[in-house]
Amino acid sequence: MKPFTPDIDWNEKVISIRGLYKSFGENRVLQGVDLDLYKGENIVVLGRSGTGKSVLIKIIAGLLKQDAGTVNVLGQEVSQLKSAELRELRLKVGFCFQHGALYDSMTVGENLAFPLTRNEPGMKREQREKRIEIVLDAVGLSQTIDQMPAELSGGQRKRIGIARTLILRPEIMLYDEPTAGLDPITCIEINNLINEVQKRFKTSSIIITHDLTCAKATGDKIAVLKDGQFIKKGNFDEVFESDDELIREFYDYNFIQ
Amino acid sequence: MEQTEQPDKPVISKSLDAFFTGVYNIFKFIGNFFREVMLPPFEVKELVRQCYMVGYKSLALISLTGFITGLVFTKQSRPSLAEFGATSWLPSLIAIAVIRALAPLVTALICAGKVGSSIGAELASMKVTEQIDAMEVSAINPFKYLVVTRILACTICLPILMAYTALIGMAGSYLDVHLNEQTTLAAFLQSAFSNISFLDFGASLCKAIIFGFTIGTVSCYLGYNATQGTQGVGKAANVSVVVSMFLIFIEEIIIVQLVNMIR
Repeated sequence: MKPFTPDIDWNEKVISIRGLYKSFGENRVLQGVDLDLYKGENIVVLGRSGTGKSVLIKIIAGLLKQDAGTVNVLGQEVSQLKSAELRELRLKVGFCFQHGALYDSMTVGENLAFPLTRNEPGMKREQREKRIEIVLDAVGLSQTIDQMPAELSGGQRKRIGIARTLILRPEIMLYDEPTAGLDPITCIEINNLINEVQKRFKTSSIIITHDLTCAKATGDKIAVLKDGQFIKKGNFDEVFESDDELIREFYDYNFIQ
Repeated sequence: MEQTEQPDKPVISKSLDAFFTGVYNIFKFIGNFFREVMLPPFEVKELVRQCYMVGYKSLALISLTGFITGLVFTKQSRPSLAEFGATSWLPSLIAIAVIRALAPLVTALICAGKVGSSIGAELASMKVTEQIDAMEVSAINPFKYLVVTRILACTICLPILMAYTALIGMAGSYLDVHLNEQTTLAAFLQSAFSNISFLDFGASLCKAIIFGFTIGTVSCYLGYNATQGTQGVGKAANVSVVVSMFLIFIEEIIIVQLVNMIR
């Protein structure tokens, strides 16, 4: 289990979600979700495929709009923000996509430089290169700077995706299935990286996954999503003491006793 | 936050609702283009890159097609004119045909096939692999960076390519006329442009601008709103070409009618 994180500030909520509803046609995905993320905390949202885990973080990032409820991020109500304000907020909220979502026509270096040149146009070239060097070093892939995304493995692509998010120095990280489709050793490396990012860059994170190993290794708190609602929240042991059928099934199938 | 929502129950019928929603979304898309094109920051570097992709990269195909069109049209027209002993009218006839109709239409159709499919597939691929979302969450305006630059590049490059096609088409025609009638270049040009007015050239330029805007808008809209994974990429590329070509012919008819009214 993840060791106790001493840096969590339990007085400062960075994300506060209340009564969140979202449907796609007749498919009701989120039905009254409440969630608080405190400064410095890692929350893992666990649930089966199609339960709306990714929809939840896409709403937080302003990529989707909720049908009802409030999503307050760093003191701002996301759905009320104008485009320019939302862009400002997004500089503080990093989003790591399931497959990395790297720009495939650019090299790794260009992928990392792109958000910087757009958002900090006055930055000098040396400063930009330094920043790229720092994040590439943080994800342990300095040697890939001139490679194209197609030349990288799945795990490397996810790491570069994390580096590209970190380059804007966000306060909050949203990870969408960071270990999906990876071999167990790469999964452990990604889990360690998520913890390293939390420690080194002082970020608060929401990690979406259905991988219990990832949840156990990275989550200060686990929240289990079922039928559009959180059925259990707490630390790993608290959650998996539950008799809920879904939670038991999750535990049994992941063999992590 | 571009999210196209489908209501739970159709207002009229499912297909009609989808049609009107589609029309509304296209007009909204065009409105967004005109709003974003006016607002800084201006993506000049990306616009230049797109102009290179749309314009320069199409030159070889345009040159070949334009030259062959001029040459073949001259060859096909000669027997009919020869029957009336009017082969001296060939340059004039070809100039009218090429500048008024063939150059804008051929250029637009070639670009709809080459550029439209490429833009549709590229943006659709970026959409389904979440690269557009990745730009959005990195506080980059993907609409301005990807869509505005591509529509502008098509709108700027099509008239230039059209003028080039007309020139190359006339060159093809001159080659045939020179080989058969031993006409000098000066005599060919004098005869060719004797019946061409500023209105002809201006109307063709306007047509090319409208065709370019159409190709850019259609392909960007379909690519930017692609769904259904990799299948959606192929569909966006294919539908971009079909819809662009269809709209080009409709616009051609309308513009010809308008120009004839002015003439």
